[in-house]
Amino acid sequence: MASFWSLWVIILTAVTIVGITWILFANRKREQQPEDKTTGHVYDGIEEYDNPLPAWWFYMFLITIVFGVGYLIVYPGMGNFPGILDWTQVDQHEREVARAEEKYRDMRDRYLALPVEEIAADPKVRKMGMRLFGNNCAQCHGADAKGAYGFPNLTDDDWIYGGDPATIKATLVNGRRAAMPAWGDILGDQGVSEATEYLLALNGRDVDDAKASAGEKHFTTYCAACHGADGTGNPALGAPNLTNGVWLYGGTREQIAHTLRAGRNGVMPAFNESLSEDKIHILTAYVYGLSQ
Amino acid sequence: MKHDAVEKNVGLMIILIIVALSFGTLVELVPLLFAKETNEPIAGLKPLPALELEGRDIYIREGCNTCHSQMIRPLRAETERYGHYSVAGELVYDHPFLFGSKRTGPDLARVGQRYSDDWHRAHLYNPRDVVPESNMPAFPWLFEATLSGDKTGDKMAALRMVGVPYTDDDIAGAKAAVEGKQEIEALVAYLQQLGTLLQSRR
Repeated sequence: MASFWSLWVIILTAVTIVGITWILFANRKREQQPEDKTTGHVYDGIEEYDNPLPAWWFYMFLITIVFGVGYLIVYPGMGNFPGILDWTQVDQHEREVARAEEKYRDMRDRYLALPVEEIAADPKVRKMGMRLFGNNCAQCHGADAKGAYGFPNLTDDDWIYGGDPATIKATLVNGRRAAMPAWGDILGDQGVSEATEYLLALNGRDVDDAKASAGEKHFTTYCAACHGADGTGNPALGAPNLTNGVWLYGGTREQIAHTLRAGRNGVMPAFNESLSEDKIHILTAYVYGLSQ
Repeated sequence: MKHDAVEKNVGLMIILIIVALSFGTLVELVPLLFAKETNEPIAGLKPLPALELEGRDIYIREGCNTCHSQMIRPLRAETERYGHYSVAGELVYDHPFLFGSKRTGPDLARVGQRYSDDWHRAHLYNPRDVVPESNMPAFPWLFEATLSGDKTGDKMAALRMVGVPYTDDDIAGAKAAVEGKQEIEALVAYLQQLGTLLQSRR
């Protein structure tokens, strides 16, 4: 704060304190009033007494003033004067953080040194992981990690990018960006409908055979590059398995056709910037443990 | 002065009340209007682009700030959950500020980039689709209404008058930047930039 404003605050605060003290004392009635003495003012037959402030009330006022002065000496308040404790909000926050760091560091270092597979079943890790998951992951993947429309289930064996610890960690650290293009313009309505029939056939559903066999050609031309010739997907590209009946964006005829037409670009945010290495490690172990 | 005189003279009483009340404003508010901490933007802070600005107005229109604060206090319990505490320099272009005072939902000061655009769209269309226990209202009309952009430039000009450094080009291009866009796009764009300038690992 500039020294002008510091002085401004100090002077006005001092004036206020002196002012309220003066008002308190200047209006104090010391002499005992007779019991029935009124102000003499009558309105509609209503009169009012003119008794002094009760002593306990007066002293409470006094105590608040003394407390206020004490506070301004101990804590910051008088302009640039930091108070004799030298307390600041940010210092207090940093002390809190440092204390927590001190308390949990050993435990975190211990877990960080162990491989994910080994700690995935540790009850403490599961408990910490659950909290971290609740705060950072549950909004999309659900509190039970079973996912939702557009957000993968993490408790099953089906992994879009791979479910080994290193891959899960990479997903957490860097995030993921799905890149399923829109095929509506290229395939046309007829083509989308045929490809849909073929995808349903891959999953053993009842289909129109003629359309499905036409769809197979589209699949080989456009889809197989990422999803594989047999449609079982490619985790390295984040291309899901299309033959196991697990549909991230729904498995009805309409939903599949919509995915084909408009494409899908699901995003998993990166946590590298917001979570420390040890927390990501514990979270990896928790997520890995969910599907074991 | 006898207290009697104050009680019986309304004009005098009004003046004295104003004097008494003004001390708080003069001490706690006025110096901040001139303080460096509250007037200097942090590194990288830019005025909101047209679409985000419209998104902010939708945020205000729908009353998001009634249930969501945008103010992370310097307490470990908050910084663990939300990220770096809020600083004044992040908010110098915020008119009006949207600190809020009630957290029925979580704080949104650093919600930017925390979830995907798809998540925000699904969540605003019907929160229960992604968070079953949520009691947030649904905002399906945001997907139907589109922005005309008729007033976007005027809003920027008004903000420039109170110190937000919009350029003439920003104002001239405002309508074109938002015209025909869905309201949901504007709101998601606004949410996705919230608090992204200050990141800390926790």
